[in-house]
Amino acid sequence: MHMDRKTRLVIVGNGIASLKLLEELDLAAFDITVAGAEPEPAYNRVLLSSLLAGDSAVDEVRFHPRAWYDARGIDLRTGDPATALRPARREVVLQSGARLTYDRLVLATGSDAIRLPIAGAGLRGVTTFRDLADVRALQAVAAGTRAVVIGGGLLGIEAAYGLIRRGLDVTLVHLMPTLMERQLDTTAAAMLRTALEAKGIRVLLSAETEKIEGSAGVMSAVILKDGRRLPAELLVMAVGTRPATQLAATGGLDIGRGIKVDDKLETNWPQVYALGECAEHRGQWYGLVEPAHDQARVLARYLSGRPARYEGSLLSTSLKVSGVPVYSIGDFEGREAETITFHDEGSGCYRKLVIRDGRLAGAVLFGDTSDALWYRELITSGKPIRNVRAWLPFGRAYAEAV
Amino acid sequence: MLDGSPVPWDLALDHVARRLDEIRFSHGPGSIAFYLSGQLLTEDYYVANKLAKGFIGTPHVDTNSRLCMASSVAGHRRAFGADVVPQCYDDLELADLVVLVGSNAAWCHPILYQRIQAARGERGMRVVNIDPRHTATSEGCDLHLAIAPGSDSILFNGLLVWLADRGLLDRNFLELHTTGFNDALAAARLTSPNTARTAECCGLGLADVELFYSWFSSTRRAVTCYSQGVNQSAQGTDKVNAILNCHLATGMIGKPGSGPLSFTGQPNAMGGREVGGLANMLAAHMGFSEIERERVARFWSAPNLVTGEGLKAVAMFDAIARGEIKALWVMGTNPAVSMPRADAVRAALAKLELFVVSENVASNDTLNRSAVRLPAAAWGEKDGTVTNSERRISRQRGFLTLPGDAKPDWWIMGEVAKRLGFGNAFAYTSPAEIFDEHARLSGFENVAGAQTPERAFDISGCAGLAPVAYDSLDPVQWPYRANQVPTERMFGSGGFFTTDRRARLIPVSEPCLASPVSDAWPFILNTGRVRDQWHTMTRTGLSARLSTHIAEPFVEIHPEDASRMGLEQGTIATVETEHGVARLRVLLNRGQSRGSLFTPIHWSAENSAAARVSALVHGVVDPISGQPEAKATPARIEAVAASTYGLIVSRAAIRPANAIFWASSPTMLGADPGHLLYFAFNLPYRDVIGWQRATLPAGEWVTIEDGIAGTFRTAVFKDGRLDAVMYAASSPKLPTTDWLRSQFSGAQQSGAARRGLLAGQPTAGGTDEGPIVCVCYQVGSLKIEAAARDGCTTTKAIGVKLGAGTNCGSCLPEISRLLAGKSARPAVAT
Repeated sequence: MHMDRKTRLVIVGNGIASLKLLEELDLAAFDITVAGAEPEPAYNRVLLSSLLAGDSAVDEVRFHPRAWYDARGIDLRTGDPATALRPARREVVLQSGARLTYDRLVLATGSDAIRLPIAGAGLRGVTTFRDLADVRALQAVAAGTRAVVIGGGLLGIEAAYGLIRRGLDVTLVHLMPTLMERQLDTTAAAMLRTALEAKGIRVLLSAETEKIEGSAGVMSAVILKDGRRLPAELLVMAVGTRPATQLAATGGLDIGRGIKVDDKLETNWPQVYALGECAEHRGQWYGLVEPAHDQARVLARYLSGRPARYEGSLLSTSLKVSGVPVYSIGDFEGREAETITFHDEGSGCYRKLVIRDGRLAGAVLFGDTSDALWYRELITSGKPIRNVRAWLPFGRAYAEAV
Repeated sequence: MLDGSPVPWDLALDHVARRLDEIRFSHGPGSIAFYLSGQLLTEDYYVANKLAKGFIGTPHVDTNSRLCMASSVAGHRRAFGADVVPQCYDDLELADLVVLVGSNAAWCHPILYQRIQAARGERGMRVVNIDPRHTATSEGCDLHLAIAPGSDSILFNGLLVWLADRGLLDRNFLELHTTGFNDALAAARLTSPNTARTAECCGLGLADVELFYSWFSSTRRAVTCYSQGVNQSAQGTDKVNAILNCHLATGMIGKPGSGPLSFTGQPNAMGGREVGGLANMLAAHMGFSEIERERVARFWSAPNLVTGEGLKAVAMFDAIARGEIKALWVMGTNPAVSMPRADAVRAALAKLELFVVSENVASNDTLNRSAVRLPAAAWGEKDGTVTNSERRISRQRGFLTLPGDAKPDWWIMGEVAKRLGFGNAFAYTSPAEIFDEHARLSGFENVAGAQTPERAFDISGCAGLAPVAYDSLDPVQWPYRANQVPTERMFGSGGFFTTDRRARLIPVSEPCLASPVSDAWPFILNTGRVRDQWHTMTRTGLSARLSTHIAEPFVEIHPEDASRMGLEQGTIATVETEHGVARLRVLLNRGQSRGSLFTPIHWSAENSAAARVSALVHGVVDPISGQPEAKATPARIEAVAASTYGLIVSRAAIRPANAIFWASSPTMLGADPGHLLYFAFNLPYRDVIGWQRATLPAGEWVTIEDGIAGTFRTAVFKDGRLDAVMYAASSPKLPTTDWLRSQFSGAQQSGAARRGLLAGQPTAGGTDEGPIVCVCYQVGSLKIEAAARDGCTTTKAIGVKLGAGTNCGSCLPEISRLLAGKSARPAVAT
C-alpha cells in the first residue's frame, strides 16, 4: 500500500448500516465507493409502515439526497447490485459489469424478505413488505380490497396496520400462538392483539397457510391448513427476512445463518468485513437498527486504525406498533427467572421486568415506555437492583425519590 | 328479634316474661342472672336491680364494673366504711403533687389528664406516674416509676414506713379519726423494711423511689389517682388500701388538693354502684343485714327480696358453664369478648335456656349467641343520669329520637315486670319518676343509729323534683341530704362511715402475682386500652375517624425480648396463655418492660381473625373484690410464619379466609365510607394470587406482581372510580394509608397515576401527611414535623397553626414527642 494513496474502501449495500458507517468514518482517509441494489439512496426502512399508513411523507423517509454523497466525494452507485466477489483479487463485480477493486471491503447487503414456498406464491396480488417499491405497490391498492397479511412479527403487524389505515379489509395470519413472540411475552402479545383488533384487524393465530388460490394468474383466496378459506385480492408475505449472503457465497466466505464475522467484524477473508443484517457475530444475527449502528461505530473506528471491538448488542426494540408504544429489551421472556409485572388492563399498560442474579436482565413495556431508558441503563450497567427493586415497576422518579 | 326473626315488642316481652317465669318456677329464682353495664344510666340500673333483687328474687346481678372498679369499691369500704371517693376534680389543679398509679390517663381520661398538665404548666405541680409501661401518660410526668407488675403495695407500704421513720405522719389525724395504724405499719415493715429493699422488690432504682417518697412527704397537697392498673389485680383491694393508708397516715384526705382519687373506668360505673348493681350490694349503699333487707323490702313492697349476696361476674359465668344459671339477661355489654377466659364464657353462653341481650348494635360476639335480642336506646338517645368519679350526678339528656323499635332499658324491664305480675312496682312513665324513687330510697331511714352510721349515699336533696326540675338538674355531688347542700369533699375532718366513725388502716401483706411466670409461660401479659377505642369496639369500632389512630390489634414487646424470641417489628406473633390464643401484630417498644407483653382488649370476632385478648386472661380474682386480674397473666409469645403481609383499602368490606391474621376497621375514602383490612397469610404465592382473584371486587384491575419478592399490589377501578387497593408483600413493611385513601375521591386517573397508586405514595409534592396523630382535626405526623421545622416549637404553636391537639388534647403527648424529634408512636408498624 502506498502512503500517498488513500485507502480504497468499497461498501456493498446502501442501507441503514452502510449509511451509519459513512457517517462515522473519517472520510478524508478513504477513497469510497458505495454500491446499492435499490434504485435510490439509503432511506429509513423503519418508517415504511408509517409511510404506508400515511403517517409519514416520503421525504421524511429519506436520509440524504445524492448531493450529500457528492459533497463528500463518495462514489454512489444505485440500482447496481453486486453479483460476484473475488477476494483473492480484491475485486467486486457489479450487475452492470463494473469491477471495483478495494483495499478494504465492507459487505452491508442487508437481508431479503422471505417468500413462502407455497402453491400460488407467484400469483398476482402476492407481495412482500420490505422496501420502498413494495410500499409504492401497496399504496396503489384500492380501499376496500380484501388483504391477508401473513406474519405476526413486527413487519407483518406494521403492514397490517398500514393497510387498515388505507381502508383495506385486513386479516393477519400468524403461525405462532402469540404475536411478535421474538419481542413480546404472552401478556404483552395478547394486549397487542386486542389493540389490533380494536383497529379492525382480524387476527388469526396458530394459523398455517396451505396455499394461495387464484385464476388467470391472479390470486383470489388464501387457504389455511385447517381448511379455512380467506378470500382476498392481496396477500402480503411478512414472514421474516434472511441475511443476504449470496454475494459472500460467491467469494467463498464463511457463512452460517449470515456472513460470519469476528469481533473486528472481519470475515474469514482479511480486509473483508460485514455488518448489519447480513452479518452473523458470535452466532447471533440481528434484524434491528440498533446493532447495525453499534457495529458501524466499531467498524468505523477499526478501519481508522483505532482499537475497537464489537462484543454484541443488547437487543432492544422500541417502536410504536399500530400507535401503541412498545419496548422490549434483553431477556424479555425471563424463563426460569424472577419477574416483576405491572398490568393495567384499562389503560392498556403493561410492564414486565426480568431479574437474574439480582440484576435487571430484560424488560417488556407496553402502552407506556416512559422508563425504557432507565431500564436500559440498569441492564447495561449491570448494577445490582436490590435497593430499587421495590420501585422498579414504578419508574425512575420513584426510585430516585426514595 | 326472636330466634333470628323480627317480632313485635309484645311478642318478645311476652316470651321473655314467660320463659323467666318458667325457669324461676322449675329451677328457682337463683337460676336467673342479670349482667349489666357501666354504660347503663342510673335509672336503668335501678330498675334492673329492683326487678332482680326485689321481685324475681335472684341475687345474681352483677355488672361489667366488676371488671373495672370492684377493687376500689372494696378498698374504700374497708377503709372508709362506704364506697366513697373523698375528692373532687378541682383537687387535681390544687395539688402540688399528683401521683398516677396504674393509669394511662393521657389516653383513658384525657380531659382530667389535660387539666393536670395545664396545672403542671402553670403552677409547676409535679406529676409521678407509676406504671410498668412507659405510656403517653409517662411523657408528661416528672418521674416515671416502671414498677414490677403486682408490686404496688410494696411501694406504698414502703412509703408508709418512710413517713413513719421520718416522723412525717399526721399524728393528730391518726389519733382522732383512724384505727389500725400500728398493725398497718407493722405489716408494711415486713414487706418494705427499708427503701433499698422496697426499690429492689419493685424493680426500681433506689434514687427514683427516694425522690418519689421525698416529694410525697414534703407536701401537704398530694392527690393519688389510681385506675385499672391497681383495680384489675388479684391484690387490687390491698393495693387500694396501701394507697389509702398513706393518705390517712398523713391526714391528706378530703382536703383541697389533697387526697386519694379513684378514676372510674366507665361513664356510669359509680351510678351502678349507687343503686346496687354489684352483686355484693343490695341497693342505695345498703347491704344484706336483716335491718337493711327489711327496710328495702318495705320501701319497694318487694315480695321476693333476696337474702344475701349474689355471684360476682367471674363466678356468675362459671355457674352458667356448670348449668346452674339457666337464664341470663345481658344489657349493654359484651362479655363474650370482655370477660376473662372469654372463650370459656362464650362457650358457656350456649348452655343457657334463656339468653336475652339488650343492645344498640346489630351484631357483636355476645349478641350473636342470643336467641332474644332487644333493641335498646343508645347514648344520645337515652335520658337519665350518670355519676362520675367525683360523685357528681349529671343529667344525660337524649338529643336523638329513638330509631326504629328501640326502647329505653327501663321501659323494657318495666314491661317484663308487668308481665311477671309486678306492674304496680314498675309503673314508671319517665326516668324522672325512677330517679325520684332512687333519691327517696337513698334518704329512706338514712340516719345514724346507736350501732350504725348513716349511709354515705344520700341524694334525698334531689327527691321530689318536678319533671321540669329533673330535666334542668345541674350536676350535683353526693351526699346531698335533704335540706343540706351537696358535698364537695369528704373526710377532711373525719366522719367515716364505720360504726366508730374512724377510718381503718389496713395491714397489707406481701403481694404476689396470682400466677407466677414459669419456663412454659415466661412473660407477663398486660392488657389495656388504646387511646381512641372503647371496650369491645361495638360503638367506637364503627367510627372511621377513631380508627385512624390504631387500626389493628397488636402486642407490644421490648426490642431485646423480641430479638431473643425472633420477632421483628410488624410481623405476626402468637400470644398464648393457659386459657386462650391470639395472633397479633408485633410492635417493638422500649417503653415495655422486659419480660412483659401488652395487648389491647378491644378486638373481637367482629373485626379480627384471632384477637379476642380477654380469652387469654386468667379468671383469677381478688379475694375481697372479686375483680379479675387482667394485667398479669403468664403467657408465651412465638413468631408466626407468614409468607405475605398486606392491606386492602376498599369501598366494600372484605373478610379473608385462611388468613393467619386479619383486622378490619372502617375508614374514610375521601368523603366516602370505606374499609381498611390488614392481613397476613402463610401460603404459596400462587395461592395468595388465587385468593386475591377470588376476593377483590370485579372491575378494571391494575396489578403489580413480584412473585419472588412476594410483592402483589392491585388497584381495582369501577366506572372510572377507584374501588379497592391491595398491597401485599413478603415483608411486613406496608405503606401508610392516608395518601392512598385520599385517592378514592379523585376522578378517573391516567395510566401513570394508576401505576403511582400502586407505589403507595405520590412521586413528589408531599401530599402524604403521614399517620394521623390528631384525630379530631385529622392532622398527620409529617405535617406536624413540617410545622415544627417552620418554627412551631411548642404544642401551643402547633395548635395555633394546624389546630392539632386543640380539641380533645389526647394527642398532645404525641405532638410533644414529635416536636422533640421522636416518632409519634414508639412502635407502630403501619
